Amino acid sequence: MKMNNVILKTTTQVVFFIIFLFSIHIFLAGHFAPGGGFVGGLLTASALVLLLLTYDLKTVKNLLPINYMTLTAVGLLLALGTASLSAFFGEAFFMHYFDHFNIPLLGDTELHTAMIFDLGVYFVVVGVTMIIIQSIGGDE
Amino acid sequence: MMILINTLIILSIALGTFFIIVTAIGLIRFPDVYTRAHAASKSATLGVMFILIGAFIYFWAEEGVYNPRLLLGILFLFITGPVGGHLMARAAYFSGVKPWKGTVKDDLKKEYDRKKACEK
Repeated sequence: MKMNNVILKTTTQVVFFIIFLFSIHIFLAGHFAPGGGFVGGLLTASALVLLLLTYDLKTVKNLLPINYMTLTAVGLLLALGTASLSAFFGEAFFMHYFDHFNIPLLGDTELHTAMIFDLGVYFVVVGVTMIIIQSIGGDE
Repeated sequence: MMILINTLIILSIALGTFFIIVTAIGLIRFPDVYTRAHAASKSATLGVMFILIGAFIYFWAEEGVYNPRLLLGILFLFITGPVGGHLMARAAYFSGVKPWKGTVKDDLKKEYDRKKACEK
């Protein structure tokens, strides 16, 4: 029996953004507080899974036309790229750099290349989770 | 001032714990799924919200840490707790769970039968 569930759909539209923003917060806070790429990626994937539960696979694919295979590949490339960056400068593999920058709105900010590695982890986690869930959920 | 804040913290955490105990008693004592969903989704949400408010005030007043994550958690629970109860009760109704025998009014049954007749 096909049922329309307005309450679930409306709640999802609000809750999706709360979960997504919280996952971004956890991803960015990973250096000085609990969190990081893995938890942030899982939270983003769970927000996407909430969309998948409320709407069907096709609608979500139209809403977010992301190829998760490519996302995983980009994440692995980012991780490998930051790791091998220092090798090009003649230093040890996986050497990280950081410095303080004056960003107009945020003021003095410490930027670290470990964050780019974490972004790679984030992409891989989101991509792999979504590939697993979509390939289990799909009929074809 | 400190005594007032401490009283507020103790009061909200005790009230939250009380509501959660009430939820547990309701889950044991109530006769069917719908009354249990009523107990679980209402008082448990309020109880956890009170406990989070108490924790938020404690960390703000005593430790000087303003933690917006707790506020976000309160908002999130306020939105999702009742919706979860609604979905569970709805799923129970549509999979054929009968209400308690003392029930006198069943407004959803008409709509349920109409939808079923449309399908045939």
